[in-house]
Amino acid sequence: MKGYNFAYLDEQTKRMIRRALLKAVAIPGHQVPFGSREMPLPYGWGTGGIQVTASILGPDDVLKVIDQGADDTTNAVSIRRFFARTAGVATTTHTAEATVIQTRHRIPETPLREDQIIVYQVPQPEPLFRLEPSRVETRRMHALADYGLMHVKLYEDIARHGQISISYDYPVLVNGRYLMSPSPIPAFDNPKMDGMAALQLFGAGREKRIYAIPPWTQVRSLDFDDHPFRAINAPGNCGLCGASDSYLDEVVTDDKGGRLFVCSDTDHCAERRAAGHIGAEGLRDAVE
Amino acid sequence: MTVPTLLSARGLSLRFGSIPALVSVDIDLWPGEMLAIVGESGSGKTTLLNVLSGLTKPDDGAVWYRGPNGHMHEVHAMPAPALRTLHRSDWGFVHQDPRRNLRMTVSAGGNIGERLMAAGARHYGDIRAQALHWLAQVEIDADRLDDFPRTFSGGMLQRLQIARTLVTHPRLVFMDEPTGGLDVSVQARLLDLIRTLVARLGIAAVLVTHDIAVARLLAQRIAVMQRGVVVETGLTDQVLDDPQHPYTQLLVSSVLHT
Repeated sequence: MKGYNFAYLDEQTKRMIRRALLKAVAIPGHQVPFGSREMPLPYGWGTGGIQVTASILGPDDVLKVIDQGADDTTNAVSIRRFFARTAGVATTTHTAEATVIQTRHRIPETPLREDQIIVYQVPQPEPLFRLEPSRVETRRMHALADYGLMHVKLYEDIARHGQISISYDYPVLVNGRYLMSPSPIPAFDNPKMDGMAALQLFGAGREKRIYAIPPWTQVRSLDFDDHPFRAINAPGNCGLCGASDSYLDEVVTDDKGGRLFVCSDTDHCAERRAAGHIGAEGLRDAVE
Repeated sequence: MTVPTLLSARGLSLRFGSIPALVSVDIDLWPGEMLAIVGESGSGKTTLLNVLSGLTKPDDGAVWYRGPNGHMHEVHAMPAPALRTLHRSDWGFVHQDPRRNLRMTVSAGGNIGERLMAAGARHYGDIRAQALHWLAQVEIDADRLDDFPRTFSGGMLQRLQIARTLVTHPRLVFMDEPTGGLDVSVQARLLDLIRTLVARLGIAAVLVTHDIAVARLLAQRIAVMQRGVVVETGLTDQVLDDPQHPYTQLLVSSVLHT
Protein backbone atom coordinates (compact mmCIF):
# COMPACT_ATOMS: atom_id res chain seq x y z
CA MET A 1 0.00 0.00 0.00
CA LYS A 2 1.33 3.40 -0.98
CA GLY A 3 2.72 5.58 1.80
CA TYR A 4 3.09 2.73 4.26
CA ASN A 5 6.02 0.44 5.00
CA PHE A 6 5.46 -3.31 4.47
CA ALA A 7 3.09 -4.56 7.21
CA TYR A 8 2.48 -1.04 8.58
CA LEU A 9 5.32 -0.88 11.16
CA ASP A 10 8.66 0.73 10.23
CA GLU A 11 11.72 -1.52 10.01
CA GLN A 12 13.38 -0.21 13.20
CA THR A 13 10.28 -1.02 15.25
CA LYS A 14 10.10 -4.48 13.72
CA ARG A 15 13.76 -5.07 14.61
CA MET A 16 13.08 -3.99 18.19
CA ILE A 17 10.13 -6.40 18.44
CA ARG A 18 12.12 -9.23 16.83
CA ARG A 19 14.88 -8.74 19.41
CA ALA A 20 12.27 -9.06 22.17
CA LEU A 21 10.86 -12.16 20.42
CA LEU A 22 14.29 -13.81 20.23
CA LYS A 23 14.83 -13.20 23.93
CA ALA A 24 11.33 -14.51 24.71
CA VAL A 25 11.97 -17.71 22.74
CA ALA A 26 15.29 -18.16 24.54
CA ILE A 27 13.56 -17.98 27.97
CA PRO A 28 10.28 -19.87 27.51
CA GLY A 29 7.40 -18.26 29.42
CA HIS A 30 9.40 -15.24 30.61
CA GLN A 31 7.79 -11.84 29.99
CA VAL A 32 10.07 -9.57 27.96
CA PRO A 33 9.31 -5.83 27.96
CA PHE A 34 9.13 -4.11 24.57
CA GLY A 35 8.37 -0.64 23.26
CA SER A 36 4.76 -1.16 22.28
CA ARG A 37 3.59 1.24 19.55
CA GLU A 38 0.32 3.02 19.02
CA MET A 39 -1.63 0.98 16.48
CA PRO A 40 -4.68 1.99 14.40
CA LEU A 41 -7.04 0.02 16.67
CA PRO A 42 -7.91 0.37 20.36
CA TYR A 43 -6.15 -1.39 23.23
CA GLY A 44 -7.90 -4.64 23.97
CA TRP A 45 -8.53 -5.35 20.29
CA GLY A 46 -5.22 -7.07 19.73
CA THR A 47 -2.57 -4.34 19.57
CA GLY A 48 0.04 -6.72 21.01
CA GLY A 49 -0.75 -9.57 18.65
CA ILE A 50 -0.90 -7.30 15.61
CA GLN A 51 2.58 -5.86 16.35
CA VAL A 52 4.07 -9.35 16.73
CA THR A 53 2.38 -10.48 13.50
CA ALA A 54 3.61 -7.35 11.66
CA SER A 55 7.21 -8.01 12.66
CA ILE A 56 7.29 -11.71 11.69
CA LEU A 57 5.28 -11.44 8.47
CA GLY A 58 7.07 -11.94 5.14
CA PRO A 59 5.69 -11.45 1.60
CA ASP A 60 5.25 -15.23 1.11
CA ASP A 61 3.30 -15.81 4.33
CA VAL A 62 -0.33 -16.86 4.40
CA LEU A 63 -2.24 -15.27 7.28
CA LYS A 64 -5.23 -16.55 9.20
CA VAL A 65 -6.87 -14.49 11.96
CA ILE A 66 -9.36 -15.95 14.41
CA ASP A 67 -11.44 -14.33 17.12
CA GLN A 68 -13.07 -16.68 19.68
CA GLY A 69 -12.49 -19.47 17.16
CA ALA A 70 -14.35 -17.70 14.35
CA ASP A 71 -12.87 -16.32 11.11
CA ASP A 72 -15.86 -14.11 10.36
CA THR A 73 -16.20 -11.83 13.41
CA THR A 74 -15.34 -8.12 13.34
CA ASN A 75 -11.95 -8.42 14.98
CA ALA A 76 -10.80 -11.29 12.76
CA VAL A 77 -12.08 -9.71 9.54
CA SER A 78 -10.57 -6.29 10.35
CA ILE A 79 -7.10 -7.57 11.24
CA ARG A 80 -7.03 -9.93 8.25
CA ARG A 81 -7.97 -7.07 5.92
CA PHE A 82 -5.47 -4.76 7.64
CA PHE A 83 -2.57 -7.05 6.71
CA ALA A 84 -3.97 -7.84 3.28
CA ARG A 85 -3.85 -4.08 2.56
CA THR A 86 -0.63 -3.04 4.35
CA ALA A 87 1.47 -6.11 3.53
CA GLY A 88 -0.31 -7.56 0.53
CA VAL A 89 0.01 -11.06 1.99
CA ALA A 90 -2.34 -13.89 1.09
CA THR A 91 -5.01 -14.63 3.70
CA THR A 92 -6.97 -17.77 4.40
CA THR A 93 -9.53 -19.17 6.80
CA HIS A 94 -8.14 -22.71 6.56
CA THR A 95 -5.87 -23.61 9.46
CA ALA A 96 -3.83 -26.08 7.41
CA GLU A 97 -3.03 -23.50 4.70
CA ALA A 98 -1.86 -20.72 7.02
CA THR A 99 1.78 -20.08 7.94
CA VAL A 100 0.97 -17.41 10.53
CA ILE A 101 -2.17 -17.58 12.68
CA GLN A 102 -3.10 -14.64 14.87
CA THR A 103 -5.64 -15.64 17.50
CA ARG A 104 -7.80 -14.23 20.21
CA HIS A 105 -9.13 -16.64 22.88
CA ARG A 106 -8.75 -19.95 20.99
CA ILE A 107 -6.28 -22.47 19.57
CA PRO A 108 -7.52 -24.13 16.34
CA GLU A 109 -8.77 -27.71 16.65
CA THR A 110 -6.58 -28.86 13.73
CA PRO A 111 -3.12 -29.69 15.19
CA LEU A 112 -0.50 -27.12 14.14
CA ARG A 113 2.72 -28.02 12.32
CA GLU A 114 6.38 -27.10 12.72
CA ASP A 115 6.21 -24.66 9.78
CA GLN A 116 3.42 -22.62 11.40
CA ILE A 117 3.52 -19.82 13.98
CA ILE A 118 0.61 -18.94 16.25
CA VAL A 119 0.39 -15.41 17.67
CA TYR A 120 -1.83 -14.82 20.72
CA GLN A 121 -3.41 -11.52 21.67
CA VAL A 122 -2.88 -11.04 25.41
CA PRO A 123 -4.81 -8.55 27.57
CA GLN A 124 -2.98 -9.30 30.85
CA PRO A 125 0.39 -11.09 30.69
CA GLU A 126 0.92 -11.33 34.46
CA PRO A 127 -0.69 -14.52 35.83
CA LEU A 128 -0.27 -13.31 39.43
CA PHE A 129 -1.79 -9.87 38.99
CA ARG A 130 -5.05 -10.51 40.83
CA LEU A 131 -3.19 -12.15 43.71
CA GLU A 132 -0.25 -9.79 44.19
CA PRO A 133 -0.83 -6.11 43.39
CA SER A 134 2.86 -5.12 43.33
CA ARG A 135 4.69 -5.65 40.04
CA VAL A 136 8.02 -5.39 41.85
CA GLU A 137 6.93 -8.31 44.00
CA THR A 138 5.56 -10.42 41.11
CA ARG A 139 8.84 -9.94 39.22
CA ARG A 140 10.71 -11.12 42.31
CA MET A 141 8.39 -14.13 42.56
CA HIS A 142 9.10 -15.01 38.91
CA ALA A 143 12.84 -14.56 39.45
CA LEU A 144 12.80 -16.92 42.45
CA ALA A 145 10.21 -19.31 40.92
CA ASP A 146 8.18 -18.72 44.08
CA TYR A 147 4.70 -19.73 42.91
CA GLY A 148 3.06 -20.96 46.14
CA LEU A 149 0.61 -18.06 45.89
CA MET A 150 -0.90 -19.39 42.63
CA HIS A 151 -1.60 -22.67 44.38
CA VAL A 152 -3.23 -20.77 47.24
CA LYS A 153 -5.67 -19.44 44.65
CA LEU A 154 -6.37 -22.99 43.41
CA TYR A 155 -6.75 -24.16 47.03
CA GLU A 156 -9.29 -21.41 47.67
CA ASP A 157 -11.25 -22.46 44.57
CA ILE A 158 -11.53 -26.05 45.75
CA ALA A 159 -12.37 -25.02 49.33
CA ARG A 160 -15.09 -22.70 48.04
CA HIS A 161 -16.49 -24.48 44.96
CA GLY A 162 -15.37 -28.08 45.38
CA GLN A 163 -13.26 -27.85 42.24
CA ILE A 164 -10.86 -25.51 40.44
CA SER A 165 -13.26 -23.00 38.93
CA ILE A 166 -10.91 -21.29 36.46
CA SER A 167 -12.45 -21.93 33.04
CA TYR A 168 -10.22 -19.66 30.92
CA ASP A 169 -6.77 -18.09 31.24
CA TYR A 170 -5.83 -21.17 33.27
CA PRO A 171 -2.26 -20.69 34.62
CA VAL A 172 0.48 -22.93 33.21
CA LEU A 173 4.08 -23.70 34.12
CA VAL A 174 6.31 -23.52 31.04
CA ASN A 175 9.32 -25.80 30.74
CA GLY A 176 9.11 -26.49 34.48
CA ARG A 177 10.21 -22.94 35.29
CA TYR A 178 8.06 -19.90 34.48
CA LEU A 179 4.45 -19.43 35.51
CA MET A 180 2.62 -18.07 32.46
CA SER A 181 -0.79 -16.77 31.50
CA PRO A 182 -1.91 -18.63 28.35
CA SER A 183 -4.05 -15.56 27.43
CA PRO A 184 -7.83 -15.99 27.83
CA ILE A 185 -8.08 -19.27 25.90
CA PRO A 186 -10.46 -21.81 27.46
CA ALA A 187 -8.84 -24.33 29.83
CA PHE A 188 -9.99 -26.84 27.20
CA ASP A 189 -7.20 -25.58 24.91
CA ASN A 190 -4.41 -25.79 27.52
CA PRO A 191 -3.38 -29.38 26.67
CA LYS A 192 -2.83 -28.28 23.04
CA MET A 193 -0.01 -25.98 24.17
CA ASP A 194 1.96 -28.85 25.66
CA GLY A 195 4.57 -30.07 23.21
CA MET A 196 3.01 -28.11 20.32
CA ALA A 197 4.93 -28.39 17.05
CA ALA A 198 4.36 -24.74 16.13
CA LEU A 199 6.12 -21.74 17.66
CA GLN A 200 3.78 -19.87 20.04
CA LEU A 201 4.23 -16.09 20.43
CA PHE A 202 2.30 -13.87 22.86
CA GLY A 203 1.93 -10.10 22.54
CA ALA A 204 0.40 -7.76 25.14
CA GLY A 205 0.23 -4.26 23.62
CA ARG A 206 -1.11 -2.20 26.49
CA GLU A 207 1.05 -4.00 29.07
CA LYS A 208 4.07 -3.86 26.71
CA ARG A 209 5.15 -7.48 27.20
CA ILE A 210 6.11 -10.27 24.81
CA TYR A 211 6.56 -13.92 25.73
CA ALA A 212 6.88 -17.17 23.84
CA ILE A 213 6.82 -20.95 23.94
CA PRO A 214 9.29 -22.62 21.53
CA PRO A 215 8.12 -25.74 19.66
CA TRP A 216 8.04 -29.04 21.57
CA THR A 217 8.16 -27.37 25.00
CA GLN A 218 6.51 -28.84 28.08
CA VAL A 219 3.51 -26.76 29.22
CA ARG A 220 1.82 -28.02 32.38
CA SER A 221 -1.47 -26.72 33.76
CA LEU A 222 -1.21 -26.20 37.53
CA ASP A 223 -3.25 -28.56 39.69
CA PHE A 224 -3.23 -30.70 42.83
CA ASP A 225 -2.37 -34.41 42.92
CA ASP A 226 -5.85 -35.23 44.20
CA HIS A 227 -7.61 -32.57 42.07
CA PRO A 228 -6.02 -33.02 38.64
CA PHE A 229 -6.50 -30.53 35.81
CA ARG A 230 -9.66 -31.12 33.79
CA ALA A 231 -10.38 -29.71 30.33
CA ILE A 232 -13.91 -28.37 30.71
CA ASN A 233 -16.30 -28.46 27.75
CA ALA A 234 -20.04 -28.07 27.24
CA PRO A 235 -22.02 -31.33 27.54
CA GLY A 236 -23.09 -32.37 24.06
CA ASN A 237 -22.04 -32.53 20.43
CA CYS A 238 -21.84 -29.83 17.78
CA GLY A 239 -25.33 -29.32 16.35
CA LEU A 240 -23.98 -28.64 12.84
CA CYS A 241 -21.16 -31.15 12.35
CA GLY A 242 -21.75 -33.57 15.23
CA ALA A 243 -18.20 -33.22 16.60
CA SER A 244 -17.83 -34.46 20.17
CA ASP A 245 -14.18 -33.53 20.67
CA SER A 246 -14.14 -29.83 19.74
CA TYR A 247 -14.77 -26.81 21.97
CA LEU A 248 -18.44 -25.81 21.83
CA ASP A 249 -20.17 -22.43 21.96
CA GLU A 250 -23.71 -22.23 23.29
CA VAL A 251 -26.06 -20.33 20.98
CA VAL A 252 -29.52 -19.22 22.13
CA THR A 253 -31.87 -19.88 19.19
CA ASP A 254 -35.23 -18.50 20.35
CA ASP A 255 -36.93 -16.93 23.37
CA LYS A 256 -38.46 -20.23 24.52
CA GLY A 257 -35.28 -21.71 25.99
CA GLY A 258 -34.09 -23.21 22.71
CA ARG A 259 -30.33 -23.56 22.50
CA LEU A 260 -27.74 -25.07 20.29
CA PHE A 261 -24.13 -26.12 20.81
CA VAL A 262 -21.85 -25.43 17.86
CA CYS A 263 -18.10 -25.70 17.26
CA SER A 264 -16.35 -22.51 18.30
CA ASP A 265 -13.74 -23.18 15.58
CA THR A 266 -15.74 -22.27 12.44
CA ASP A 267 -13.09 -23.57 10.03
CA HIS A 268 -12.99 -26.95 11.80
CA CYS A 269 -16.79 -27.19 11.68
CA ALA A 270 -17.01 -26.22 8.01
CA GLU A 271 -14.35 -28.76 7.03
CA ARG A 272 -16.14 -31.53 8.90
CA ARG A 273 -19.44 -30.66 7.24
CA ALA A 274 -17.74 -30.59 3.83
CA ALA A 275 -16.44 -34.09 4.61
CA GLY A 276 -20.00 -35.28 5.20
CA HIS A 277 -20.33 -35.13 8.99
CA ILE A 278 -23.79 -33.94 10.00
CA GLY A 279 -24.98 -33.02 13.51
CA ALA A 280 -28.52 -33.23 14.94
CA GLU A 281 -29.50 -29.70 13.85
CA GLY A 282 -27.86 -30.03 10.45
CA LEU A 283 -29.84 -33.20 9.75
CA ARG A 284 -33.13 -31.47 10.58
CA ASP A 285 -32.26 -28.65 8.21
CA ALA A 286 -31.59 -31.18 5.46
CA VAL A 287 -34.90 -32.96 6.01
CA GLU A 288 -36.85 -29.72 5.99
CA MET B 1 29.47 -24.68 75.83
CA THR B 2 29.68 -28.04 74.08
CA VAL B 3 26.38 -27.78 72.19
CA PRO B 4 26.87 -25.69 69.00
CA THR B 5 24.83 -22.52 68.66
CA LEU B 6 21.89 -22.26 66.27
CA LEU B 7 22.31 -18.54 65.63
CA SER B 8 25.32 -16.37 66.43
CA ALA B 9 25.92 -12.70 65.88
CA ARG B 10 29.18 -10.86 66.46
CA GLY B 11 29.84 -7.12 66.49
CA LEU B 12 26.57 -6.03 64.85
CA SER B 13 26.57 -2.29 64.28
CA LEU B 14 24.10 -0.15 62.41
CA ARG B 15 23.53 3.59 62.29
CA PHE B 16 20.52 5.42 60.94
CA GLY B 17 22.19 8.71 60.09
CA SER B 18 23.51 10.07 63.37
CA ILE B 19 21.45 7.64 65.47
CA PRO B 20 23.30 4.50 66.63
CA ALA B 21 20.62 1.78 66.32
CA LEU B 22 22.99 -1.09 67.14
CA VAL B 23 26.41 -0.80 68.78
CA SER B 24 28.59 -3.90 68.48
CA VAL B 25 25.93 -6.39 69.57
CA ASP B 26 26.81 -10.05 70.19
CA ILE B 27 24.03 -12.63 70.37
CA ASP B 28 24.09 -16.41 70.78
CA LEU B 29 21.06 -18.67 70.55
CA TRP B 30 21.12 -22.39 71.21
CA PRO B 31 18.67 -24.93 69.76
CA GLY B 32 15.32 -25.10 71.56
CA GLU B 33 15.81 -22.04 73.75
CA MET B 34 13.95 -18.78 73.83
CA LEU B 35 15.87 -15.54 74.09
CA ALA B 36 14.01 -12.38 75.04
CA ILE B 37 15.26 -8.99 73.92
CA VAL B 38 13.84 -6.33 76.23
CA GLY B 39 14.23 -2.60 76.41
CA GLU B 40 12.22 0.54 76.04
CA SER B 41 10.82 1.75 72.77
CA GLY B 42 13.54 3.02 70.43
CA SER B 43 16.28 0.95 72.08
CA GLY B 44 16.93 -1.03 68.88
CA LYS B 45 15.06 -4.25 69.70
CA THR B 46 13.14 -4.52 66.43
CA THR B 47 16.16 -3.35 64.43
CA LEU B 48 18.18 -6.16 66.02
CA LEU B 49 15.45 -8.65 65.09
CA ASN B 50 15.44 -7.44 61.49
CA VAL B 51 19.23 -7.69 61.28
CA LEU B 52 19.29 -11.18 62.84
CA SER B 53 16.65 -12.40 60.39
CA GLY B 54 18.52 -11.00 57.39
CA LEU B 55 15.89 -8.39 56.51
CA THR B 56 18.19 -5.43 57.28
CA LYS B 57 21.89 -5.39 56.44
CA PRO B 58 24.18 -4.21 59.28
CA ASP B 59 26.97 -1.68 58.70
CA ASP B 60 29.37 -4.00 60.46
CA GLY B 61 29.39 -7.47 62.00
CA ALA B 62 27.93 -10.78 60.89
CA VAL B 63 25.17 -13.26 61.68
CA TRP B 64 25.67 -17.02 61.30
CA TYR B 65 22.93 -19.62 61.21
CA ARG B 66 23.44 -23.38 61.51
CA GLY B 67 21.27 -25.15 58.94
CA PRO B 68 19.62 -28.56 59.50
CA ASN B 69 22.65 -30.29 57.97
CA GLY B 70 25.01 -28.69 60.52
CA HIS B 71 26.66 -26.19 58.15
CA MET B 72 27.03 -22.58 59.24
CA HIS B 73 25.65 -19.97 56.84
CA GLU B 74 26.47 -16.29 57.02
CA VAL B 75 22.95 -14.87 56.80
CA HIS B 76 23.80 -11.60 55.05
CA ALA B 77 26.05 -13.32 52.52
CA MET B 78 23.34 -15.78 51.44
CA PRO B 79 21.88 -15.36 47.95
CA ALA B 80 18.34 -13.92 47.95
CA PRO B 81 16.61 -17.18 46.85
CA ALA B 82 18.29 -19.16 49.66
CA LEU B 83 17.36 -16.55 52.28
CA ARG B 84 13.77 -16.51 51.01
CA THR B 85 13.58 -20.30 51.18
CA LEU B 86 14.95 -20.15 54.73
CA HIS B 87 12.27 -17.63 55.70
CA ARG B 88 9.59 -19.86 54.17
CA SER B 89 10.63 -23.13 55.75
CA ASP B 90 13.24 -23.31 58.50
CA TRP B 91 12.44 -19.88 59.94
CA GLY B 92 9.28 -18.15 60.98
CA PHE B 93 8.46 -14.51 61.66
CA VAL B 94 5.57 -13.51 63.92
CA HIS B 95 4.70 -9.83 63.62
CA GLN B 96 2.99 -7.67 66.19
CA ASP B 97 0.28 -6.92 63.63
CA PRO B 98 -0.96 -10.24 62.21
CA ARG B 99 -2.35 -8.41 59.16
CA ARG B 100 1.22 -7.87 57.99
CA ASN B 101 1.69 -11.59 57.65
CA LEU B 102 -1.77 -12.91 56.81
CA ARG B 103 -3.57 -12.65 53.49
CA MET B 104 -6.87 -11.07 54.45
CA THR B 105 -8.61 -12.12 51.21
CA VAL B 106 -7.68 -15.79 51.61
CA SER B 107 -9.44 -18.23 53.95
CA ALA B 108 -7.82 -19.39 57.21
CA GLY B 109 -7.03 -22.76 55.61
CA GLY B 110 -5.37 -21.10 52.62
CA ASN B 111 -3.34 -18.90 54.93
CA ILE B 112 -2.04 -21.88 56.88
CA GLY B 113 -1.42 -23.88 53.71
CA GLU B 114 0.53 -21.18 51.84
CA ARG B 115 3.93 -22.06 53.31
CA LEU B 116 3.30 -25.75 52.60
CA MET B 117 2.38 -24.99 48.99
CA ALA B 118 5.38 -22.69 48.61
CA ALA B 119 7.51 -25.59 49.82
CA GLY B 120 6.02 -27.79 47.10
CA ALA B 121 3.02 -29.53 48.74
CA ARG B 122 0.62 -30.48 45.90
CA HIS B 123 -1.97 -32.68 47.60
CA TYR B 124 -5.12 -30.75 48.48
CA GLY B 125 -6.35 -33.31 51.02
CA ASP B 126 -3.04 -33.34 52.88
CA ILE B 127 -2.79 -29.54 52.94
CA ARG B 128 -6.33 -29.31 54.30
CA ALA B 129 -5.66 -31.95 56.94
CA GLN B 130 -2.54 -30.05 58.02
CA ALA B 131 -4.50 -26.80 58.17
CA LEU B 132 -7.15 -28.43 60.34
CA HIS B 133 -4.49 -29.90 62.60
CA TRP B 134 -2.84 -26.51 63.10
CA LEU B 135 -6.14 -24.77 63.64
CA ALA B 136 -6.73 -27.20 66.51
CA GLN B 137 -3.19 -26.59 67.82
CA VAL B 138 -3.90 -22.87 68.17
CA GLU B 139 -7.37 -23.52 69.64
CA ILE B 140 -9.49 -22.23 66.77
CA ASP B 141 -12.68 -24.17 65.95
CA ALA B 142 -12.42 -26.47 62.93
CA ASP B 143 -15.54 -24.92 61.35
CA ARG B 144 -13.66 -21.63 60.90
CA LEU B 145 -11.32 -23.29 58.35
CA ASP B 146 -12.94 -21.67 55.31
CA ASP B 147 -13.68 -18.30 56.96
CA PHE B 148 -11.80 -15.15 56.02
CA PRO B 149 -9.40 -13.66 58.58
CA ARG B 150 -11.40 -10.43 58.59
CA THR B 151 -14.14 -12.25 60.50
CA PHE B 152 -11.62 -13.18 63.24
CA SER B 153 -10.99 -11.32 66.49
CA GLY B 154 -7.57 -9.81 67.27
CA GLY B 155 -6.51 -12.72 69.46
CA MET B 156 -7.66 -15.27 66.88
CA LEU B 157 -5.76 -13.42 64.12
CA GLN B 158 -2.59 -13.64 66.19
CA ARG B 159 -3.17 -17.36 66.80
CA LEU B 160 -3.83 -17.87 63.08
CA GLN B 161 -0.56 -16.13 62.30
CA ILE B 162 1.23 -18.50 64.66
CA ALA B 163 -0.41 -21.53 63.02
CA ARG B 164 0.59 -20.21 59.57
CA THR B 165 4.17 -19.74 60.76
CA LEU B 166 4.61 -23.07 62.57
CA VAL B 167 3.04 -25.28 59.87
CA THR B 168 6.41 -25.97 58.22
CA HIS B 169 7.96 -26.91 61.59
CA PRO B 170 10.52 -24.10 61.66
CA ARG B 171 13.57 -24.51 63.90
CA LEU B 172 13.82 -20.80 64.62
CA VAL B 173 11.05 -18.25 65.05
CA PHE B 174 11.45 -14.49 65.35
CA MET B 175 8.68 -12.83 67.33
CA ASP B 176 8.16 -9.08 67.40
CA GLU B 177 5.88 -8.16 70.32
CA PRO B 178 3.49 -11.07 69.64
CA THR B 179 1.19 -10.02 72.49
CA GLY B 180 1.22 -6.30 71.81
CA GLY B 181 -2.15 -4.65 71.27
CA LEU B 182 -4.15 -7.46 72.86
CA ASP B 183 -6.15 -7.20 76.07
CA VAL B 184 -4.81 -8.88 79.21
CA SER B 185 -6.90 -12.07 79.23
CA VAL B 186 -6.26 -12.70 75.54
CA GLN B 187 -2.57 -12.02 76.16
CA ALA B 188 -2.46 -14.61 78.94
CA ARG B 189 -4.06 -17.26 76.73
CA LEU B 190 -1.71 -16.48 73.85
CA LEU B 191 1.38 -16.59 76.08
CA ASP B 192 0.27 -19.94 77.44
CA LEU B 193 -0.21 -21.20 73.88
CA ILE B 194 3.18 -19.95 72.69
CA ARG B 195 4.92 -21.47 75.71
CA THR B 196 3.23 -24.86 75.20
CA LEU B 197 3.85 -25.00 71.44
CA VAL B 198 7.47 -23.86 71.64
CA ALA B 199 8.23 -26.38 74.38
CA ARG B 200 6.45 -29.25 72.63
CA LEU B 201 8.02 -28.62 69.22
CA GLY B 202 11.47 -27.73 70.57
CA ILE B 203 11.54 -24.46 68.62
CA ALA B 204 14.20 -21.86 69.27
CA ALA B 205 12.90 -18.31 69.33
CA VAL B 206 14.07 -14.73 69.54
CA LEU B 207 11.34 -12.72 71.25
CA VAL B 208 11.27 -8.95 71.21
CA THR B 209 9.14 -7.42 73.94
CA HIS B 210 8.94 -4.36 76.14
CA ASP B 211 7.03 -6.37 78.72
CA ILE B 212 9.28 -7.81 81.45
CA ALA B 213 6.50 -10.16 82.57
CA VAL B 214 6.25 -11.72 79.10
CA ALA B 215 10.02 -12.23 79.04
CA ARG B 216 10.00 -13.83 82.51
CA LEU B 217 7.19 -16.20 81.54
CA LEU B 218 8.53 -17.37 78.17
CA ALA B 219 12.28 -16.90 77.92
CA GLN B 220 15.16 -18.86 79.39
CA ARG B 221 17.65 -16.12 78.63
CA ILE B 222 17.32 -12.39 78.30
CA ALA B 223 19.24 -9.53 76.69
CA VAL B 224 18.56 -6.00 77.92
CA MET B 225 19.04 -3.22 75.36
CA GLN B 226 19.48 0.51 75.80
CA ARG B 227 20.20 2.89 72.93
CA GLY B 228 21.46 0.10 70.67
CA VAL B 229 23.74 -1.46 73.29
CA VAL B 230 23.13 -4.82 74.98
CA VAL B 231 23.80 -3.66 78.56
CA GLU B 232 23.13 -6.93 80.34
CA THR B 233 22.56 -10.54 79.31
CA GLY B 234 22.09 -13.81 81.16
CA LEU B 235 19.51 -16.25 82.49
CA THR B 236 16.12 -14.56 82.75
CA ASP B 237 15.56 -15.21 86.46
CA GLN B 238 19.11 -14.22 87.31
CA VAL B 239 18.97 -10.94 85.42
CA LEU B 240 15.50 -9.97 86.61
CA ASP B 241 15.98 -11.01 90.25
CA ASP B 242 19.46 -9.55 90.60
CA PRO B 243 19.91 -6.83 87.99
CA GLN B 244 23.50 -5.50 87.80
CA HIS B 245 23.25 -2.66 85.29
CA PRO B 246 21.54 0.54 86.45
CA TYR B 247 19.23 0.52 83.41
CA THR B 248 18.10 -3.06 84.11
CA GLN B 249 17.51 -2.09 87.73
CA LEU B 250 15.36 0.79 86.52
CA LEU B 251 13.40 -1.47 84.14
CA VAL B 252 12.74 -4.11 86.81
CA SER B 253 11.77 -1.58 89.46
CA SER B 254 9.38 0.16 87.07
CA VAL B 255 7.18 -2.97 86.82
CA LEU B 256 4.03 -2.53 88.85
CA HIS B 257 3.66 -4.97 91.71
CA THR B 258 0.22 -5.93 92.88
